[in-house]
Amino acid sequence: MQVSSNKEQMQTPADTRESVTFGANRNKDFSKEPLCLSGKDVTRVFHTGKTTTTAVDHVNFEFHKGELISIVGESGSGKTTLSKMLLGLLEPSAGEIFYRGEPRLIKSGKQKRKYWKGIQAIFQDPFSSYNVFHKIDNVLLDCINMRGGRNLSKDEKIAMMTEACSFVNLKFAELTNKYPFELSGGQMQRLMIARIFLLKPEILLADEPTSMIDACSRATILDMLLNLRNETGMTVIFITHDIGLAYYISDSIYIMEHGKFVESGRAEDVILNPKAPYTKRLISDVPKIHEPWDLSTVG
Amino acid sequence: MAKKMLEVRQLTTKYITRQGEDVYSVDHVSLDIEEGKSLGIAGESGCGKSTLALSLMGYYFPPLHYTSGEIIVDGKTISGLDPDVVRKTVLGSDVAYIPQAAMNALNPTRKVGKFIEDVIRAHELPMDSKQIREMAEKRFALLGLPVEALDKYSVELSGGMRQRVVIAVSTILNPKVLIADEPSSALDVTSQKMVIKMMKDMMAKGLVKSMIFITHELPLLYNVTDDIMVMYAGQIVERGSAKEMVFDPIHPYSRGLMNSILVPEEGTRDVKLTAIPGTPPNLKHPPAGCRFAERCRYATPACKFNQMPIIDIGGGRQYRCGMSVEKLREVYASEQQ
Amino acid sequence: MKSTFKNILHSPRFMVGFIIFVIMLLTVLIYPYFVPRDPLLSLGKGFLAPGTYFSVYDANNAPMYRVELPEAAANRLQSDLPESDRKLILDFLKAKGADTTGLNTSNEGIEALLEAWSANYDEADVKKSKYDGFSTQAKRRALSRLDTKLKSFASGVSMNVTRGDEEGAEATKVSGADFARVDQVANTISLPLGTDNFGRDTLTELVKATGVSLLIGLIAGTVATLLGLTVGLLAGYMGGIVDDILMFIANIFTVIPGFVLLILIYYSVGQEARGVVTCALVIGLTSWVWTARSVRSQVISLRNRDHVNLSKLSGHSLPRIVTTDILPYIASYVVMAFILQVSSGILAEAQLSLLGLGPKTTDVPTLGLMMNWAKLFGAYTSSNAWWAYFPVILVIALTSFSLNLMNTGLDQVFNPTLRD
Repeated sequence: MQVSSNKEQMQTPADTRESVTFGANRNKDFSKEPLCLSGKDVTRVFHTGKTTTTAVDHVNFEFHKGELISIVGESGSGKTTLSKMLLGLLEPSAGEIFYRGEPRLIKSGKQKRKYWKGIQAIFQDPFSSYNVFHKIDNVLLDCINMRGGRNLSKDEKIAMMTEACSFVNLKFAELTNKYPFELSGGQMQRLMIARIFLLKPEILLADEPTSMIDACSRATILDMLLNLRNETGMTVIFITHDIGLAYYISDSIYIMEHGKFVESGRAEDVILNPKAPYTKRLISDVPKIHEPWDLSTVG
Repeated sequence: MAKKMLEVRQLTTKYITRQGEDVYSVDHVSLDIEEGKSLGIAGESGCGKSTLALSLMGYYFPPLHYTSGEIIVDGKTISGLDPDVVRKTVLGSDVAYIPQAAMNALNPTRKVGKFIEDVIRAHELPMDSKQIREMAEKRFALLGLPVEALDKYSVELSGGMRQRVVIAVSTILNPKVLIADEPSSALDVTSQKMVIKMMKDMMAKGLVKSMIFITHELPLLYNVTDDIMVMYAGQIVERGSAKEMVFDPIHPYSRGLMNSILVPEEGTRDVKLTAIPGTPPNLKHPPAGCRFAERCRYATPACKFNQMPIIDIGGGRQYRCGMSVEKLREVYASEQQ
Repeated sequence: MKSTFKNILHSPRFMVGFIIFVIMLLTVLIYPYFVPRDPLLSLGKGFLAPGTYFSVYDANNAPMYRVELPEAAANRLQSDLPESDRKLILDFLKAKGADTTGLNTSNEGIEALLEAWSANYDEADVKKSKYDGFSTQAKRRALSRLDTKLKSFASGVSMNVTRGDEEGAEATKVSGADFARVDQVANTISLPLGTDNFGRDTLTELVKATGVSLLIGLIAGTVATLLGLTVGLLAGYMGGIVDDILMFIANIFTVIPGFVLLILIYYSVGQEARGVVTCALVIGLTSWVWTARSVRSQVISLRNRDHVNLSKLSGHSLPRIVTTDILPYIASYVVMAFILQVSSGILAEAQLSLLGLGPKTTDVPTLGLMMNWAKLFGAYTSSNAWWAYFPVILVIALTSFSLNLMNTGLDQVFNPTLRD
């Protein structure tokens, strides 16, 4: 396929390869899908001593079922705080989060556990995402048990684990009796995806899942996330600081600055026609391949 | 032909592990940089980029050990010298090194100006405090850094400013070679741009004669350096100009790396990335043949047993593969059909 | 896990500390089987020097034996009554005109000679009669002296000894000049470290005291570690108001010097109620704060680790998260804290007892009590009895040295940044 840009005629190897399909959900209009997670004036304030910091400041969002959303922000923009609130690990100080259109109630332990059946996460650092005392088998068995597979036979469980591993290109036979830290960072993150594959939650929150792993392994992870979305129709919330990555993977993008969403919309619109000055600056400050990187605009 | 600022001949360095095993993380690396030029080094983590940067200083501390080879900076051999001599006469003045977490290297209890004094004192230059101060102010003004920063503590500066200050301090003696190991990867994009701009300024003004820039971010490398060198498992696998390397990589590994580039530009969204399967080999027991053979989709059985020599095809282009350039290009072209 | 154990076994520091500790522990455990006597038994007078020994003998129950030494008596006469004396006796008998047939000065004839002497000699008679050759005063005195000497023989020497319960037994005496070899004497108590002020065997007392002090350290350490661990885990994991309350209590314990608190509690409990366990409990209850604080800070940093968040998202209960996702991570740290607590428990007991606030003095010895006694009875001033306190100091130092060595060894294994 040809690059439609007319500024630069040269092509990277990626440009010239045949386009592989991204699946039916790519570029679909999700606005007609039912709401999965939405928020109104969600705010989180932290008090440390006498100073108060507003990490997330009156944000509104609507995440539809099956959509792949990116929340892009630089460090300190409040995206991690927002992700914790979405996960229910942190309560908003003000505003409300709606789950399937209903106000999300997660006061009691029982309500929390019920909510957590529907949402799962992949975190940034694969090395701290695993309990180093548990073997890989235990990690996956735990997921099967959580999905009510406690009474399955041993063979059925192994079959499920093998399937999950092969989904992420890992061989279960090679992983049994190993500890997660014996794997490479990329493999650990893939195992995380295998875990999600077994759990099949309604929403997956991926908090910078590729920022600690190499560019080469990154492609694999992103591919698997896309596949997962296509196969299960789960909503994926992708949190990243890398705007190029967000553009590649997501259907819609929310740009976050100082705790506020400064711009949101379909990925093409936000990246190719940015409206907010912050988004413009962010895009212009990222080094590019086809367009010149203008150094004179800073300092 | 321009003067060669840095010449490295068959440099080999190793780590000695706690178990006493030798790990050759830099294996017979040869490279040269001409005056006013910059070289970028790319590769996955664990491929020896950072070790190469450390090794090029000529100053080795355990567990890193010098094994063989030569490092020549502007005609002066700095490899195999006594560490004390290297510290006094080479570091800072001939070679300056900026490590990954440089911005956190400043002692928070001292003012920025003090660090410049330290550098001058360590090299035993005949200057008094007033002269040093004048020199520091001049340099900061030249680089567009606020002079007031000299009287501040490092914690009072923002991350990007701190990083620029560190670079300014470490290049105060106008080194011939500046080695920067991921100088901007911990910063946000705007600060990164400012750091890069300052480094390019320093090159343009001749404060730094040549530069080695190490990062895993290929779009950044493409925009910063003249040449790009790709390393894999301690060896050079390909070298060429930035443009050639990004748009026309020869080696399958470089090609894989270039495939993983993601930039916010039109078109990025429409092609699927392809990944290189597998992980780099463990250098405790390096493969007998081509080190990339295990992961290479074009590898023949012979690749696993034959060591590949590095082939120079002229125009500053080198690559390490058993197949000819024409053959590789043919294979790549046929894939696109 | 396996490799961690291997690393621990390969840490020289840990192994040296461990070996010292095990040797001490084994000594404490095995010694009573060889010396089964009460360590507080008073054996003799106070401050007997090291190396003193007693021969002990049960006068009431043991059967009585008497030693028969006729030959010894004869031998003694032969050596104590020289030829000149025997000649003098013979001369005197001849002068008196007694029957001297069969008498001679040979060794075999001594008995007969003595009998003849006692039959014929009479001092008054000698003075009056002035026998031939014995008329001078000097000669008469020589005879008198000889008589005294022979009488002394008769009183101590005639040892035809028989068993005491036999009828017609003669009571005999063993002279003070007789002796026997020590190693052939039955029922000796030797005192390698002498006795303390109460005349107790210092070594036996020391071994017992070491055992008791280790027990105090162990109880105190366990109590402090368990309490500190619980408080730290709760405060760190729950956060919020629970954290505030628990840390408020911990702060109170921090600002009041622990030792002052110990002294006050000990004093109010009273000497009689202070058993070993009470002592240990009080030490444990005042030293949990540091464990609690450091466990709390570790838990806070663990709480924000992603695997704990994932565990929460998986719907695991709080006890399960704490026991499977947090405790294993701090286990190594807790073990090290425990070792330090044991060591400081032993030291705290020694300090308190030295001040006279230790456990009841009549039950068992402890290292601190031994120091206290040595101090009260002037072992290091007037008596100069180094054996009463120096070995105690050595044992305290060695215990705490070995425990600390084990701790640093473990620290190096668990904390790779400290490895050299």
